[in-house]
Amino acid sequence: MSTLKCECGHVNPVGTELCERCGKPFDEKDQGILYMRYEGAALRSRKKNKTFVDYIWNFFASVKVGVGLLVITLIVSMFGTIYPQQMYIPATADPYQYYPDQYGFAGFLYVSLGFHQMYSSWWYITLLLLSGISIVVSSIDRGIPLYRSLKNQQVRRHPRFMQRQRISGRVVVDDPEQTLANVADVLKSMRYKVMTGEKAVMGEKNRFSRWGAYVVHLGLIVLLLGALLRILPGFSMDQYVWIRDGETVPVPGTENKYYIKSEGFEVEFYEQNDEEGPLIPEEFRTEAVLYENMATQSGQRELREIKRHTIRVNDPLRHEGLSFYQSDYKMNEFSQFTFALTHQESGEEVGLVEIDLFDPASEYDLGNGFKVELVEYYPDFELDAKKEPQTKSPIPNNPAFIFRVITPDNPAGETSMVLIQQTIVAPGAENEYALKIKNIAFNNVTGLMVRTERSLPIIYFGLALIMLGLVISFYWQHKRIWVQEQDGAIMLAAYTHKNWFSFKQEVERLIDLTGLPLDKRTLDKEVPMDE
Amino acid sequence: MRNRWIRIIVLGVIFLAVASAFIAAYTADDSPFDVGDLAPDFTLLNLDGEPVSLKDFRGQGVMLNFWATNCPPCREEMPAIERQYQQYKDKGIQILAINIAESRLVASRFKDRYDLTFPILLDEDRSVTQRYGIIPIPTSFFIDKDGYVVAKVQSMMTDEMIKAHLEAIVP
Amino acid sequence: MNEQLISYSSKSLLIAFFLYLVAIVFFVITITGRRMEQERREALKQKWGRLGFGVAALGSIFHLLYWILRWVGKGSAPVSSMFEFMSLLALAIVLGYLVIYWLYRSTALGVFTLPLVVSLLGWAAVFDKTPQPLIPALQSHWLTLHVSVVALGEGLFAVGFAAGLMYLIRTVDQDNPLWHRRLLEICMALIFMLIAFIGLSILFTAMGYEAQFNYVNERGQEQTLTYTLPPVVGPKDGEYLTPERMQPLVEAPTWLKGREAPRKLNTIVWSVVVGALLYLVIRLISKKPIAERLKSLLADLSPALLDEICYRAIIIAFPIFTLGGLVFAMIWAEEAWGRFWGWDPKEVWALITWLFYAAYIHLRLGRGWHGAKSAWLAVLGFIIIMFNLVFVNLVIAGLHSYVSG
Repeated sequence: MSTLKCECGHVNPVGTELCERCGKPFDEKDQGILYMRYEGAALRSRKKNKTFVDYIWNFFASVKVGVGLLVITLIVSMFGTIYPQQMYIPATADPYQYYPDQYGFAGFLYVSLGFHQMYSSWWYITLLLLSGISIVVSSIDRGIPLYRSLKNQQVRRHPRFMQRQRISGRVVVDDPEQTLANVADVLKSMRYKVMTGEKAVMGEKNRFSRWGAYVVHLGLIVLLLGALLRILPGFSMDQYVWIRDGETVPVPGTENKYYIKSEGFEVEFYEQNDEEGPLIPEEFRTEAVLYENMATQSGQRELREIKRHTIRVNDPLRHEGLSFYQSDYKMNEFSQFTFALTHQESGEEVGLVEIDLFDPASEYDLGNGFKVELVEYYPDFELDAKKEPQTKSPIPNNPAFIFRVITPDNPAGETSMVLIQQTIVAPGAENEYALKIKNIAFNNVTGLMVRTERSLPIIYFGLALIMLGLVISFYWQHKRIWVQEQDGAIMLAAYTHKNWFSFKQEVERLIDLTGLPLDKRTLDKEVPMDE
Repeated sequence: MRNRWIRIIVLGVIFLAVASAFIAAYTADDSPFDVGDLAPDFTLLNLDGEPVSLKDFRGQGVMLNFWATNCPPCREEMPAIERQYQQYKDKGIQILAINIAESRLVASRFKDRYDLTFPILLDEDRSVTQRYGIIPIPTSFFIDKDGYVVAKVQSMMTDEMIKAHLEAIVP
Repeated sequence: MNEQLISYSSKSLLIAFFLYLVAIVFFVITITGRRMEQERREALKQKWGRLGFGVAALGSIFHLLYWILRWVGKGSAPVSSMFEFMSLLALAIVLGYLVIYWLYRSTALGVFTLPLVVSLLGWAAVFDKTPQPLIPALQSHWLTLHVSVVALGEGLFAVGFAAGLMYLIRTVDQDNPLWHRRLLEICMALIFMLIAFIGLSILFTAMGYEAQFNYVNERGQEQTLTYTLPPVVGPKDGEYLTPERMQPLVEAPTWLKGREAPRKLNTIVWSVVVGALLYLVIRLISKKPIAERLKSLLADLSPALLDEICYRAIIIAFPIFTLGGLVFAMIWAEEAWGRFWGWDPKEVWALITWLFYAAYIHLRLGRGWHGAKSAWLAVLGFIIIMFNLVFVNLVIAGLHSYVSG
């Protein structure tokens, strides 16, 4: 590989535009303002495509390609918000039916193109990955040469480098040496880092700001990696659990390692000023206890309490990466019925039958020869297609009972069926006794989301890097001022990468403080825009 | 030359990372174990309140049937399971019907109504149901004499289907 | 809830509003006086400019006082309704202007930013001002941080927008391509529509106009819809409860899924029509495209300075917006819903805004993207933000649709 040797003796990589050490522009013909963005360093991607690897590299290193990917992602993302994504439509709905029904032909197109699950589609993820590659490659392509250039720079610059800076001037003074010493002092007082060389002074400030962009890019890559890791098994879990007041259930997705108990769910509402408006909830709250199960076999419990927490919205229970979020609830589910066994004619109560709807007994002995047998129990009663009594679900939404009442007078017993609202007497029997509902107890049920997000620290670390990079890149700026003696005159040049107006004021202050007889009006060579 | 190799390595690493991410994403599997794996052991109570463990039946072929009374296809396949149980119970086959989170009364009344003779176990808190990653019911597992899952069926079964699967796990 | 403090806070906001109006008058004085000789004009500019800045700064103190009093009075940060957000955004723009003034000592920027502030405050006044109790999902310090930091970022983007627009007006001339001049006129017309919207809202609210419908809303529930502007666009199959008022001419399409979408669509139709009329009338009077008419007022400003202010405002805003719109948003979402990112429409639009400004920053790296192109991007960026604020609330129902939005 050939190299480029500068007259100052420094050996530069091929493709260098400005000598890394003295800044001499290798292009001798051009006389305009130097393009300093990457210090004229030899960017790999600026070279001609030779091999396939070069081609791929140059493609991803291009800022144009990077911006292109950004803009494509941006536009594509917009389309995904035209209609709700699949996760925001009812879970039971078939998307291929739902979208056309709701939105007509446009909905049909939307779902046909796969826009209803755009953000997890392979092409959207590919777009993000391509952006990721572009970030990595362009950062390496620019960052390393830039670092080399800034590390190798020397104080004394080539006169043509000085001359072709946007801010530059030349003036003859009586005592150049004294002037340079003066400049060094003033730069120091302006909190510049001052370096002196052979009849030359350089003030530099905030070089780290140049690395901000690379820190942001690193943060973005960490963020992308964190997001990618989520798809590995065990990294991310999304489960749901319903718990009745007082119930202890295994935590789904943990292979029964954890159990969780609800000691009660409550809703509180804001006090109502006027009678009209709807009640506004103030707090949803579950008193939760988390247990670890020491038993190794499923179905066995040896619970050890590890944590108690009142779960509220915005205040989840967390334990070792496992988080429980308040998500939903059901109020007033039936939990217990109390019946009074009543003599029909006299209205006299023989005794009470308390039935736990989740664990009813098969027989209730009321003493004195009175017994109530629970012949059948349907927690959620319905008649199926064959007109046979069945239960629709295991939850006692609509409990139905068939009882046999055994009395001292009637050991064979009489049968009756009880639904919540009415008592149906078994056909053909004129019942002497009836079971009348005396009391109903209710339960609340809490719905908790169970999540594990092991990539969360990575995501937050990525975000922190992004913020750090953005702040150092945008709230500081790299400034350099060169002053040197050249053929008996003093040359001044200054460079920054943004916010020239503020920087120019700083250079003007330097001129004022040192008393250099430079004309401030001709300092900035940039032609005022559009004039 | 050195630079070129660095670039090839950088691009190669990126390519590998992307490819493996895609492979991981599109082969990800939610079920806790697959056919061919060892069936997780459990201990549940039967209708008489006695504990029953899966490992007690090592050496026998075991069919696990997850069901509930509120599931019509579960109700429908029960007579077929009972008929096959009668055929195979003396050939080293055990059938365990795991009732999902219903009360003892409901399950035992159902057993009486359908004249079922194989053991019914109560998974009161769904821990076994969750451990086995049951989504639709009925779901049945066929486990060989060494405790390995030979087949998983996530639908209602006919006599012929049950017979064919049981045949495969006869010790 | 302390009613007394809340009423004080409203008064404080009103004072801020009038101070801003006064400041606008002062700023307008700085850019007129064309016929005066150079030196006197400079002195006048200095004097009135400083005065304007002082009054605006005073206004911002009252504005801040409003915010603090309302916070204390309500017991939670005033960031949870459309009214509160709009007035916060207005405050953020003033603060952004003050920051840029501190950096560049440019008073002229006030000529464009303060009317924007006043417009937003006028707009905010249209929404329901009664403080609503917070539902559990919104009871989080992260919400306060998220919303106020986002507003701060957007306020600075708005300053960038104002500088960009001033750049475009300052440099508009016959040499510009036709699309450039046309587009600039469209921007002017859009501004008139915004003015029309605010004017109409204030006018009809003052008159106490009301028309009501019963209709089935986007979630399939029966609802009463109250219009404060005459209903040109009525809800689909609505039952008109106030037949003595104007009959609606058309029905709103049902694919608008935002809360009270027919009413909002009606408002937009009104604003567009009246704004367009207003524009045409003024265009006829001025006999010249309006941007070119305004240009002469900005002749003293250096385009290069405007370009730099525009860029500077945006790069100051970008990290703030990232912090509020992405970082705090993710932390809050994780705590409230158990996921740090859910592709909710508003989240996606925040991402789109972020990507847009990221693209802007990268484009500025290249040669040839300074000046007009960059100014257009700054304008477009702010349009995206406003779109996000207005349109997403109108068309799409999501986690972020404010209760009274």
